Amino acid sequence: MNSTLRLLRSLAMPLLILAAVLFGATAAHARGEWDTGGSAGTEARVFAEAPAWPGQEDGAQFSIILEGDFRWRSEDRRHHVVLVPWARIDSLDGERTHADLREGFYRYIGDGFTVETGVIKVFWGVAESRHLVDIVNQTDLVEDSDGEDKLGQPALRVTHQTGWGRLEGYILPGFRERTFPGLDGRLRGPLPVDTDAPVYEHADEERHVDIAARWSHFLGDWDVGLAAFHGTSRAPAFRRTPDGQALQPYYAIISQLSADVQLTRGAWLWKGEALVREGQGHTFGAFTGGLEYTFYGITRSGADFGVLIEYHHDGRDSDPAIAPPTTFNNDVFLGGRFAMNDFNDTSLLGGAIVDTENGSIAGLIEAERRFGSHIFLEVEGRFTLDVDPQDGLFAVRRDDALTLRLTRHF
Amino acid sequence: MKTATINPWRKPLLALAAIAALAAPALSQDMALPDWVDNDSERRGYEIAMRSDNSDNGFADSRVEATMVLRNAAGQETSRELSFQTLERADNTVGDKSIVVFNTPADVEGTALLSHARILEPDDQWLYLPALARVRRISSANKSGPFVGSEFAFEDFTAVELNKYEHNYLDTAQISVGGETLTVDVVERFPRYGNSGYSRQVSYIDQEVYQIRRIEFFDRRGDLLKTLDLADYREYGDGIWRSHALTMTNHQTGKSTELNYGEFEFGVGLSDNDFVRGVLERQY
Repeated sequence: MNSTLRLLRSLAMPLLILAAVLFGATAAHARGEWDTGGSAGTEARVFAEAPAWPGQEDGAQFSIILEGDFRWRSEDRRHHVVLVPWARIDSLDGERTHADLREGFYRYIGDGFTVETGVIKVFWGVAESRHLVDIVNQTDLVEDSDGEDKLGQPALRVTHQTGWGRLEGYILPGFRERTFPGLDGRLRGPLPVDTDAPVYEHADEERHVDIAARWSHFLGDWDVGLAAFHGTSRAPAFRRTPDGQALQPYYAIISQLSADVQLTRGAWLWKGEALVREGQGHTFGAFTGGLEYTFYGITRSGADFGVLIEYHHDGRDSDPAIAPPTTFNNDVFLGGRFAMNDFNDTSLLGGAIVDTENGSIAGLIEAERRFGSHIFLEVEGRFTLDVDPQDGLFAVRRDDALTLRLTRHF
Repeated sequence: MKTATINPWRKPLLALAAIAALAAPALSQDMALPDWVDNDSERRGYEIAMRSDNSDNGFADSRVEATMVLRNAAGQETSRELSFQTLERADNTVGDKSIVVFNTPADVEGTALLSHARILEPDDQWLYLPALARVRRISSANKSGPFVGSEFAFEDFTAVELNKYEHNYLDTAQISVGGETLTVDVVERFPRYGNSGYSRQVSYIDQEVYQIRRIEFFDRRGDLLKTLDLADYREYGDGIWRSHALTMTNHQTGKSTELNYGEFEFGVGLSDNDFVRGVLERQY
């Protein structure tokens, strides 16, 4: 009941904005075409061990995932409307049952500038195993622990393309809280996160208006991005609730400067991301960098094998009540990716993050392929090895899981 | 939109262009032979290829939808809907810029590939993945890799520039492509760029409108790997020709891929700013 109300509440504002935008856009430019699509998926997740913490449900977890994808483009291609509603219904964790407007915006393409208003999805960065500088969208953490699932972000974005790069300015009204597994759910610490009682540093709370700017450019083999952000941290610190039964997310106001760089030379990709952040304890720096090398055409049918090494360093305060905890303080990622390059897009990915200080390992294996034109199958395995009791992974050491997802696309 | 009718002014215009070319010193560099030309058959091969390449000058930009049909040796087939946008190179020291957008299969709808083709250095390529809203700069070293699982390699799309090859005239022959019998010049060409999957190609260029009608691809061991037939040529405006039915047959695996283009739109007003990484997210 509670989660249903929350769903409706989280969707109300974006839908209102969108209705206005849709009405305006289509009324002004009735000529254009709608492209409708979407997907329906089923997911099963099984855990290797019984849960570690009180309250967690034992047994397999099943989900249904629904996504719509509606796009309209005017005949002159200058006006776009994009609408991507999304929902998951989960058998085990009420917090994982949730809906979101992943994208829902109106875009106008002018001469040399573009304006987007509504709920957008943006990605910044170049690295694979940690998305350090990516900050516009909130992580939908209850979806997956890899941080690649994002909640839609209300925004006004203005982009200006020049001969010396691309400038983007963002006004971000309306903060989205990070999602966390509930009391019943797996992949959480000993205390669940109470998402009903977040604490904000700023008096405007979730209505604080954040701002961001980015410049990006490519020159020869180099791709470079510089960005600045001021506003509510997407990642919270954690404090105990007064009754001591849960963790309360604490969202600080931060200022951050970041850079992301990639050098592409032959089969080598060299990648680096770095940031400096102020506002969560002492001002700190963090860095992610590494390289990717691909062996092309290793089979007669043209399959590729890529190897990836990335190093992570993060200088933030280690007190989770002050700075959001991270497992990437001093870690190395090693990975490999095999792509068949067949028309079913068959691929296999494996990797592990090793803590260089205590030797704790978090690993993953992912396999995927298409069947026919509409069915897509993914199998994901996540595991931990040699986890040190001091490491952040200790809380989820018994949550090794195998996930099978079958999605029908329309 | 321009239609595919024969323009009666084309021949006089070509003659004018030829006179202008002779008179203009700026173009004399184009007329100079490249260093690798050592004998008459190489010179003739180069001139035939150049005439074919030049026939495409001035198309400015284009947009077209295409269907790709992939067939395996057992005859099972699957198809892909794609759209292409191309911006003509500024001059022939650089290549064209292009964006390919995938409309099907549904799970990859909106995936877009931006290429800035270059002559002898590797091309610049960026791939947009809608699931993460992420643009990745990708290596273009996989020139010989299959394009979306088809029998086309990446280089079959990007290595269309004259100066990416050394050319050598072999013969003049009659061939039949797409039900049309044509007199063609047979010119072999050797890739000069790195990472090619081919030791050589043999191109068949017709003597009437100077378009490539067939290409045979030989693998690194020198064995015949694939044949590309280009049929259903239609003319748009002044001597701009496009094949609308390409068939690539792999002789070693028995697989084939058809690429069928719809009507091309030319002069749609695209510019360099429409071929930067930032535009990839808005292609669908």
